[in-house]
Amino acid sequence: MNIEGPVCPVPLSRYPAIVMAHGGGGRLMRDLIENAFISAFGAVGDRPAHDSAALDLPTARIAFTTDSFVIRPLFFPNADIGELAVYGTVNDLAMGGARPLYLSASFILEEGLPVDTLMRVVQSMSRAAADTGVAIVTGDTKVVEKGRCDGMYITTAGVGSLECVGTIGPAEVREGDTVIVSGDLGRHGIAVMAVREGFAFGTQIVSDCAPLWDPVQALLASGAEVHCLRDLTRGGLASALVEIAESAHIEVTVTEEAIPVADAVRSACEILGYDPLHVANEGRFVAFVRSDHADRAIEALRTCAVSADAVSIGRVTASGEGRVLLRTVGGLRPVDMLSGEQLPRIC
Amino acid sequence: MRFVDEYRSSADAQRLAARIADVVRSDWTIMEVCGGQTHSIVRFGLDQMLPEQITLVHGPGCPVCVTPLEMIDRAIAIASRPEVIFCSFGDMLRVPGSSQDLMSAKASGADVRMVYSPLDAVELARANPDREVVFFAVGFETTAPANAGAVEMARVQNLRNFSVLVSHVLVPPAITAILSSPDCRVNGFLAAGHVCTITGCLEYEPIAAQYRVPIVVTGFEPVDILQGVLMCVEQLERRRHTVENQYARSVRREGNPAAMAMIGKVMEVTDRTWRGIGAIPMSGLRLRDAYADFDAERKFDVGSITAQESPDCISGLVLQGLKRPNQCAAFGTMCTPEHPLGATMVSSEGACAAYYRYRRTPAAGAAQPTHAGHQP
Repeated sequence: MNIEGPVCPVPLSRYPAIVMAHGGGGRLMRDLIENAFISAFGAVGDRPAHDSAALDLPTARIAFTTDSFVIRPLFFPNADIGELAVYGTVNDLAMGGARPLYLSASFILEEGLPVDTLMRVVQSMSRAAADTGVAIVTGDTKVVEKGRCDGMYITTAGVGSLECVGTIGPAEVREGDTVIVSGDLGRHGIAVMAVREGFAFGTQIVSDCAPLWDPVQALLASGAEVHCLRDLTRGGLASALVEIAESAHIEVTVTEEAIPVADAVRSACEILGYDPLHVANEGRFVAFVRSDHADRAIEALRTCAVSADAVSIGRVTASGEGRVLLRTVGGLRPVDMLSGEQLPRIC
Repeated sequence: MRFVDEYRSSADAQRLAARIADVVRSDWTIMEVCGGQTHSIVRFGLDQMLPEQITLVHGPGCPVCVTPLEMIDRAIAIASRPEVIFCSFGDMLRVPGSSQDLMSAKASGADVRMVYSPLDAVELARANPDREVVFFAVGFETTAPANAGAVEMARVQNLRNFSVLVSHVLVPPAITAILSSPDCRVNGFLAAGHVCTITGCLEYEPIAAQYRVPIVVTGFEPVDILQGVLMCVEQLERRRHTVENQYARSVRREGNPAAMAMIGKVMEVTDRTWRGIGAIPMSGLRLRDAYADFDAERKFDVGSITAQESPDCISGLVLQGLKRPNQCAAFGTMCTPEHPLGATMVSSEGACAAYYRYRRTPAAGAAQPTHAGHQP
């Protein structure tokens, strides 16, 4: 479609679905930005729209991150791509000990996407941003032809102010540190797969998608010496631990029986041949804390609903070689990252 | 979780391991046939709980691993046709053929879809009457009834655009082939519980009698496997060789007659090549002539495609229990899950993949085989 030349500016509401012109830089795109994005996210202060946003930052040290979100289906039990796009980036900031403040949001929309779907996602992003106290201050929209994208893709980038004393990261991990997970594992990955593939596992498993700044703030406020935090997204607990162990050159030993996994998730994993340690989460994280501060850390985490089931699962047992060991029924075995995605087995 | 937790109890596992240590007097080599059992053994470290007299070797019971190379090439040839929607279980997608795998074929434009049941493929055929829908029917007796049922359903519904590429294999002929080999050092078998849920135990009785080996039909959880080993060792120490059923909560002696009838209606026994092992007479299933219209091999005329295995891959020896994965020069170097030479490195139930995932670091015994002094 070409809307060059004298075209009547049709309001967004007259188009039930996204057309190429919504990304064409003309009036239709401006309508979309005003009616969908600015009305939901708000303009930045009272300043007129401009190419970039000016930000006020409370600290000199900031954290900056970005993430892209491609997920099918767009809506799944307990969350959708919009919440995921906000919480995903907010959580990456929180894992560095940074209070999330500002986000950008860029959309790649597929021609034919129902405008109602876009509005639902944008509304849920708006709610998610309000819940976490971040402002979505800038963004971009492109439209691609039908069949060239899976409904919509969202990229968010985020800026946060570093409120922790010192650094939080793999380099700070010390031998003897206690390893804590903030809750049970695998809900998000199984929930999304169940909807995508049309599985019913008896009880409905809902995504754990949630913002993690509150529990991190509680943890930092408790005075516990926090060495490293990592959210357990793609690749699950196994990938997070292996990444930390390899980059910090430490040996982490965790106990299988101590790792919390809901019965419904475990059953689904048994059926499909998945390992819950590799299944994705969107509202869980692992914390490495000084061992004599572990009780204090767990107590602080348990004051937040999202981390009410926080529990110690193991500790850093040696330094030198980077590896993760799992204590099982029969003994110790190494834990590895997956080489690709988990594939359901035949029988 | 009911029916799982009680079979993963650490206390029960320790008790069984202690009992095995009490009972054992001589050195014994026991083969677990099924890849699911191999995975449990390595995942839970069960072999580390056993006394040194017992050596576990891993059998050919992973359907992905034994599907011949040429069958993967045929699958890719069919999948690459523009009119075809090619459906497969997930873990077949990364198995390397001669030049690529199904996932790479998909990346090159083939319409390859992962399904969870052959009935999903039948449904796709109904929904896409202008496309040819092909299902890759692999597996042991466990998956055969559902795959046969899907073909029968397509016949009843007259779905002429549905077909199956069949590469089914049978367990008893493989056990016989292993026992007939002059190199065989296997003293007893843990038979695959899920397979026997379908077939029952009767077929194993003449094998146990002829080769004088105990065969214990065994489940998949740690307590199941240790109990299976205990039952096997007790027979070996008493010089007995009968078929026993450890997995009685699932397996009846006569199996599942309805499932067997469905297999028998649609499929018949045929010679089959096993990847890495070679041809084993009467060791597979193919569609009966009455169902020839649903046979993708005939429909797309791919029967002439043949292939050569990589000379560096010893998966055949691994599948026969003659070598351990970490006794292969390519293991973990030329051959990794990212760049597999053979299927045993691909499937989650493949012995090489299990060793790669769970047995690489020295602390857990990667450098040495489980019991170095008792190699088969």
